[in-house]
Amino acid sequence: MSDADRPAAPGRRNVLRAALAASAANLAPPFILSARGEQPVRIGLANPLTGTYAAVGKNELAGCELAISQINAKGGILGRQVELLSEDSTSGDAGTAVQKSRKLIERDKVDFLLGNVNSALGLAMAQVSNEKGILHIVPGGHTDAITGATCHWNVFRVCNSTQMEANAAAQQLVEKAGRKWYYITPDYAYGHTLQAALEQAAVKVGASKVGADLSPLGTTDFSSYLIKAQAANPDVILFLIQGDDMVNALKQAVQFGLDKRTHLAGAQQELESLEGLPPEARIGAWVFEWYWKQPGVPHVAEFVEAIRKKTGKVPTARTWFGFVSTWSCALAAAAAKSLDAVKMAKALSGMKMPPEVGLVPDQAFYRAEDHQFIASLFVGTAQAGGSDPEDLFNVTRVARGVDVAGRVEDSPCKLVWPS
Amino acid sequence: MLQLVLFNVFNGLIVGAFYALMALGLSLILNLSGVINFAHGGFLALGAYIAYSLMPLVGFWGALLVAPLLTAVLGLAVERVLIRRVYGRDPLYSLLLTFGLAYILEDLARYIWGAQSVPYPIPEALARPLSTQFFFLTGYRLFMVALVALAVAALFFVLGRTRLGMRIRAGTLDLETVSALGVNVRVLRNLNFGLGIYLAGLAGVLAAGMLGLQPTIGTSLIMPSFVAIVVGGLGSLPGTLLGGLLIGVASGLATVFMPSASEAIIYVMMGLVLLVRPRGLLGEEGRLK
Amino acid sequence: MTRLQQLGPTALVWLVLLTMPFWINAIGGYTELASRVVVMALAATALNFLLGYTGTLSFGHAAYFGLGAYGVGMTLKYLVPSTTLGMLIGVVVGTVAAAVIGALIVRLRGVYFAMVTIAFGQVFYFIAFRWNTVTGGDDGLTGWQRQPIDLAGIRLDIQHHDVAFYYLALACFAASVGAMALLLNSPFGRTLQAIRENERRARFLGIAVERHIWLSFVISCAFVSLAGTLYALLNNFTDPRALRWDLSGNFVIMAVLGGMRSFWGPLIGAAVFVVLQDYVSSHTENWMSIVGLIFVLVVLFFPRGVLGLLQRRGPA
Repeated sequence: MSDADRPAAPGRRNVLRAALAASAANLAPPFILSARGEQPVRIGLANPLTGTYAAVGKNELAGCELAISQINAKGGILGRQVELLSEDSTSGDAGTAVQKSRKLIERDKVDFLLGNVNSALGLAMAQVSNEKGILHIVPGGHTDAITGATCHWNVFRVCNSTQMEANAAAQQLVEKAGRKWYYITPDYAYGHTLQAALEQAAVKVGASKVGADLSPLGTTDFSSYLIKAQAANPDVILFLIQGDDMVNALKQAVQFGLDKRTHLAGAQQELESLEGLPPEARIGAWVFEWYWKQPGVPHVAEFVEAIRKKTGKVPTARTWFGFVSTWSCALAAAAAKSLDAVKMAKALSGMKMPPEVGLVPDQAFYRAEDHQFIASLFVGTAQAGGSDPEDLFNVTRVARGVDVAGRVEDSPCKLVWPS
Repeated sequence: MLQLVLFNVFNGLIVGAFYALMALGLSLILNLSGVINFAHGGFLALGAYIAYSLMPLVGFWGALLVAPLLTAVLGLAVERVLIRRVYGRDPLYSLLLTFGLAYILEDLARYIWGAQSVPYPIPEALARPLSTQFFFLTGYRLFMVALVALAVAALFFVLGRTRLGMRIRAGTLDLETVSALGVNVRVLRNLNFGLGIYLAGLAGVLAAGMLGLQPTIGTSLIMPSFVAIVVGGLGSLPGTLLGGLLIGVASGLATVFMPSASEAIIYVMMGLVLLVRPRGLLGEEGRLK
Repeated sequence: MTRLQQLGPTALVWLVLLTMPFWINAIGGYTELASRVVVMALAATALNFLLGYTGTLSFGHAAYFGLGAYGVGMTLKYLVPSTTLGMLIGVVVGTVAAAVIGALIVRLRGVYFAMVTIAFGQVFYFIAFRWNTVTGGDDGLTGWQRQPIDLAGIRLDIQHHDVAFYYLALACFAASVGAMALLLNSPFGRTLQAIRENERRARFLGIAVERHIWLSFVISCAFVSLAGTLYALLNNFTDPRALRWDLSGNFVIMAVLGGMRSFWGPLIGAAVFVVLQDYVSSHTENWMSIVGLIFVLVVLFFPRGVLGLLQRRGPA
């Protein structure tokens, strides 16, 4: 068993020393300015390391850790070394996520907060970071609300919105599959908005909905859903479910031979899910938010190499989310020349990522109006394995984020900056 | 619509058979020893992972044969060292003990095999449907139903026709008297637990063929097992079997009419049974308190 | 036992709780952690009213905890920005639900009672999940915050000061715990314990067992829903998982861990559980093994919980 799935243990923190230093620093500010210089800059990550989202959470952590080592090698943030404090938010307990966030902010005095994979936990944490005025970057929480109805001036998000995924997927679905779409949608906000976005995009490409079903999160047996879907005789069954649900559904669909009778596809797909499927089930037309095989795109190969050395596996989109989020903190601070959250947030709004961080063919940037990260989307089909056993996705087209992102005017986000 | 309903009933029986397998193991342990084994899901996961590790060595069939046995051996050890100490106490303690054990097993699985889902391939011959119309009847699923039927038959045979089985049945009704009659109750409980865990391991290996294999594979399956036992009737193995099948069918039918309720429906069923006929469909009055 | 020995532990507990802000940072803790312990302790103590003193196991207490949480959250978000009104509504909703459901299930005992409480809990969970236009569904109920409380001219700014919220939670805990202690020491409380010890005999003595269990259930759930409101206020957030049976399981664990038979047991259990989980999970990703191991050790070697262990060493 390789060390691949066990990244380095979180840094041991001398709790007492840190607590005393923190309280002492609060008691006597003017005299501690020089001491502050030696204190590291802290980035707090509250993400799942156990439970359903453990695999993707750990991949995000690996990306964060690589970024930290790169940032420190280049001199750190504002001349100070950077430290990553990682906490397990659990995969579903919002109370713990909030607790850990407050711990990182109040006790450990982090300058930045990162997290969460789980959208609900991400929203709960955003409330905390907003209340405390800390720069918060969400690497992989997909619900639209984070840069939509519940956007905050201090919150930024790296992974795609459902709008972007739907728009990128729609054209391919019509080309590769057909116009009669059947949706199997996970019953939570992400699923609902993704389906709605796809239905909107369907209109533009001339496709129609022949049926849709909501499945509770954590459904293990999809046979009844597949029976219903097949009865509607669609051109394609869209699997909007993610993670373990995706693995269960695809595995069962292929065992039922449905891939021979109709197309199986969807919008978002992740390498972690494809890795969990037996080779014959690695099929379908999907959109990846980032993919490791990008021939001709500078710096990507080095990134892949560095992650391979670190974890023994190639980076996934999750690794890249963690990497970008962490680098964003450093870049924000450098641009603002300060660790003040408002200044950094203003600097990050609209900021363009250098190619060593963006790692995509198009210019990646944070949209100023809603703090959504816009990069590239990778449209293609799953495959059992290419020249590399980890090459499970065949990219047929790279969509530009700007082309598929919805119009800012349509977004319900209204940022309110502190005066 | 009628066809959809019929298909789902049919399919529900298949799904239900699987729930029944897991619930039967749980029921065995509960009936004889009064232990609420919250770690059942953990043993299921362990069985699946052991099969996954053995597959490169002994192939699919070898893994199917050996993994549940190894899991059962582990179960025997756990019973000897841990479970044995909470007999006779408030069932709350066995709950807490096995809850802690469940945590340990999940973490162990994650530590040894990683958090990332691992692919568990099944033989090609089984991985295809037997008919185009009834595409949900794959070789694998029919094989699973056959195996469950075999396991149930074997279980009822053991319980009905062998001395061990007779002792277990008697022990379920009155363990003290059985002990007074000179039966080694310790060994009896130990073997009973092992048998229950064997079924959990078998369920795990079968599950790995249909679901993604990751450390939490057992945790989502444990609640439906409890529901199956309650619906069918505590203390009744045929009841548990019936309960499992009913849950499968109910869940499938819910998908036809209100898919988002396909998980909640089993709890509604349980609630109704408990309010209307607490002993369960096939349970006896005054069984477990 | 002398009066001092009787009151000593109580006084010590209150001393520790009241002076929390002064020592919490020194041991590497933080105010929010202490608030969380207090809220969980209230929930566990409320559960123990039913479990340890009436002898009835419920695995569905999270449902009322969650109703309290949603009650206060929805009030603050949709109705009035008043924390006190929100808390009141949360408690009323939780209590009324408990009264209605309790009446339905009070005939059952033991495992059956426990399972039916799970069933109802899961139904509430499903409703909270599906009725997402109102409850926010899986994303949770956000966009609201606890509001400062104005009491007779004094403003308790629990919105911006975590320490202020801690004292609010502590005050609620004190009032609840005091009420429960009074009830348990009254004839009513003695009757509950009689039912716990031997239900049949209690029935022969003419005690209306079902009515008492129902009352105990309602009282227990009333205080648990209060804990739920505090929990939502603590997080400025609530989601359907606050209604699920695994949270109920945590309350049971806290009660058993600390000692079901003693009044302060659940408080100790909550403190150990919350702090342990927080501390261990910061230092290793394998915290589940360690926490699981501790449960196993407690059951095997300290079945009467932490306090049970101390009591055995103390005066007889």
